[in-house]
Amino acid sequence: MTRTAQRRTVEKVAVRPMQAPPPAGDRRRRRLTDQLRAYGFLLGGLVCFALFSWYPAIRAVVIAFQKYTPGSDPEWVGTANFTRVFADPEFAAAWRNTLTFTLLALLIGFAIPFVLALVLNELRHAKAFFRVVVYLPVMIPPVVSALLWKWFYDPGTGLANETLRFLHLPTSNWSNGADTALISLVIVATWANMGGTVLIYLAALQSIPGELYEAAELDGANLLQRIRHVTIPQTRFVILMLMLLQIIATMQAFTEPFVITGGGPENATVTVLYLIYKYAFLYNDFGGACALSVLLLALLGAFSAVYLRLTRTEGEGA
Amino acid sequence: MTTRTLVSPATLARPRGRAVYWSVFTGTVLLFTLAFLFPVYWMATGAMKSPDEVARTPPTVVPEQWHLSGYTDAWDLMQLPAHLWNTVVQAAGAWVFQLVFCTAAAYALSRLRPVFGKVVLGGILATLMVPAQALVVPKYLTVSDLGLLNDPLAIWLPAVANAFNLYLLKRFFDQLPRDVLEAAEIDGAGKLRTLWSIVLPMSRPVLGVVSIFALVAVWQDFLWPLMVFSDTDKQPISVALVQLSQNIPLTVLIASMVIASIPMVAMFLVFQRHIIAGIGAGSSKG
Repeated sequence: MTRTAQRRTVEKVAVRPMQAPPPAGDRRRRRLTDQLRAYGFLLGGLVCFALFSWYPAIRAVVIAFQKYTPGSDPEWVGTANFTRVFADPEFAAAWRNTLTFTLLALLIGFAIPFVLALVLNELRHAKAFFRVVVYLPVMIPPVVSALLWKWFYDPGTGLANETLRFLHLPTSNWSNGADTALISLVIVATWANMGGTVLIYLAALQSIPGELYEAAELDGANLLQRIRHVTIPQTRFVILMLMLLQIIATMQAFTEPFVITGGGPENATVTVLYLIYKYAFLYNDFGGACALSVLLLALLGAFSAVYLRLTRTEGEGA
Repeated sequence: MTTRTLVSPATLARPRGRAVYWSVFTGTVLLFTLAFLFPVYWMATGAMKSPDEVARTPPTVVPEQWHLSGYTDAWDLMQLPAHLWNTVVQAAGAWVFQLVFCTAAAYALSRLRPVFGKVVLGGILATLMVPAQALVVPKYLTVSDLGLLNDPLAIWLPAVANAFNLYLLKRFFDQLPRDVLEAAEIDGAGKLRTLWSIVLPMSRPVLGVVSIFALVAVWQDFLWPLMVFSDTDKQPISVALVQLSQNIPLTVLIASMVIASIPMVAMFLVFQRHIIAGIGAGSSKG
């Protein structure tokens, strides 16, 4: 789109006579009004960032060291919030669940889209159908996806067990069993979010030069070797970025556990963000909630920093 | 027609290659239909079964009798029009606020050379490192201190603090040819006039992308509206669905789920080409 815009511009400018720059005396006065005007344009955005990004980030750290209940004066308590939160048996469970969830989401939610994208890239028919259909679940509100799967997972009449019965396979407790709940949630998350990943992979696969495959084939590389030595190295960067993005996203899982399992059974699906929510809105303990937030923030901030550094260097290199 | 991929055209042209291709193709079509279309079909038709049929084992694939009462009950009993309207107001407001303030800020950072512009941009980009959900509690306290709980402004204003969209706009403005903007200035257009009549019309593609991101984000969000709208009448449909899901008949709940999905799915089907192209293009640029 910029190409045509640019061409139009060139024509416009070419017919315009050159004009002299404004005299030097005006410049100083103009500089101040320029600055005022610039900050006028920035104002709305700056206020919003200050109130809802910068200030909360600082505030999280401050409140983490306070006893904070809305309505009464905050009181400094040192690291008491952290020690209390650490001592909570749910703390270990929440971290274990979150990390397992992330790991499973990485294994399942990562391998499947990759294979799907590889297959889709080879298919020469009905491309639009595949792209639209795979992205459809992404457009369904996450709450609806979660409720939908909660219904599928119903041990009595749910579709999941009906399908297993139809295939004469043993049925499962799905989201109602302590040992299967977490993986059931990973399936929902994968189903709901895989569309974006598949489309991004597809774009990356299409940018691989065909000559590389040709050369590999001439060298006698078979299908798997071509994937191993051409496809994966060529898309290495996208793979890495999507992995980081997925880690950052799944570590903030909330909707699925909240809607489908309510954190149960036996705390098997309490995630860190869910625990933060519980501290704030069930226990009315905002100090504890902020202590947990700071821990989550520190961990995810590290991943985000790596992600941003990678995108920036790659962007400049290209 | 296309460039060469993993499998060479020569291999595909052989009879064995063709057989493999068509079986993989059929398999993929079946898999996609079952995995992605069938659940949606199941939801849309489940709402039309009778309460007793929906709970039956084994389930029926096609409803024996088509009842529309699930949908009409959902519409009336669940106060869906009110909750849908809340969602529309929240999404539309967030969209307008984001377009106005993010565009103005991005234009200032890109074109107006404010002193400390780099510092401001750095501060904005730094928020990309802070995952949004991890900050919801202090953000909630701030909104509560400002007296914005149960007010759509609690959705609209934080939506402006979206570093990703702002950066997207700024990068696009950076690329606009300098000559055009200078020409406008020489013709006597002020900064606002230049933004409105030159920059914005040239930025239609990026404005489209930002608009879609803004709308989808609000429509799909759950945790934030759950926190800030304790008042049932103000809740968007996502929150209302979960709150009400406990005590209503299954068919009515399913019908409500379908109704809640329709706006975004419809938007996707209308703009699919742009949305899909945007996802692909955005990622390969990195």
